[in-house]
Amino acid sequence: MSSSSSGQLSAAPVRGGHEIPVWGGGALPYAIPSKKLGMWLFIVSDAITFSAIIFAYGYLRLAAAAWPRPFETPSIVNATVMTFVLLSSSVAMVLGVRASSLGKVSGAVGWLVATALGGIVFDILHIHEWLGLIGEGVRPFHNPWGTPMFGAAFFTMTGLHMLHVTIGVIYLLVIAVGFGRRKFSAADVEVSGLYWHFVDLVWMFIFPLVYLLSAKTA
Amino acid sequence: MEHAETAGNKIVFSVWFGLLGLTVLEVILAYRQLPLETMLSVLMVLSVVKAALIIAYFMHLRYEQASLFVTLIPALVFILIMMTVIFADSSRLAHMRSLVQ
Repeated sequence: MSSSSSGQLSAAPVRGGHEIPVWGGGALPYAIPSKKLGMWLFIVSDAITFSAIIFAYGYLRLAAAAWPRPFETPSIVNATVMTFVLLSSSVAMVLGVRASSLGKVSGAVGWLVATALGGIVFDILHIHEWLGLIGEGVRPFHNPWGTPMFGAAFFTMTGLHMLHVTIGVIYLLVIAVGFGRRKFSAADVEVSGLYWHFVDLVWMFIFPLVYLLSAKTA
Repeated sequence: MEHAETAGNKIVFSVWFGLLGLTVLEVILAYRQLPLETMLSVLMVLSVVKAALIIAYFMHLRYEQASLFVTLIPALVFILIMMTVIFADSSRLAHMRSLVQ
């Protein structure tokens, strides 16, 4: 709710009791708070990290003589439900960001907790899937179906994503508590929302590439 | 943050249903007997559409200044395109395997 994001700076903005220096370079280039720009830059770099891993999977799969297609219908249904949960948690996040910008503290906290719960459900369903595969004998460099790197690719891609979801759940709960205590501003809620939507976005690529392209269809 | 424009409820829920619908479409496609390359291409196009919807409406980039989009997205797309250089090598490996067999 600070005025530092407005396009014009008629007076020196104040943050934490201190006047902060006024931008002297003409029109503000992005007109967003620095934390938000910081999160966007992190998201771009994290997108490159995920892309590198996804391209490595593509490299392995293209070079392999055969690639396992172990996911039977229950696994595909599970992964589809996970996708729905994550997409719905993103909508809860949008509503949380909006409530926070309108100053509705309890509403914002409620939506943030709902978003985090979506992340927890996603994690539980995914761990269930992992345990199923581990039970079938899948290991990072060994599995019953022959192509040894299948496990490494699967566990790295989905594991890094699960780590992001887990960090996101903690992040959102910290923001929820802090916003409830008026320690964090609506801008902080919005920045956490950017992270959460990005985690959702990455899953939109992992779900078809890992699960749908390895569905056991016959 | 006060923005001049934000996505209203109608847009947010339309995007949500759109994303769920595209997901269902992807799952249906996964059970069609399509060649792997065709399947990969179709699924990736749908995923890029979903990602664009998330970035534009949920991450709000549509309502930011164009300079933010120009700074972030084209460079990322360029990097992703450059990463495809590795696929020449993986198809070389597949080709060499077929020569050995």
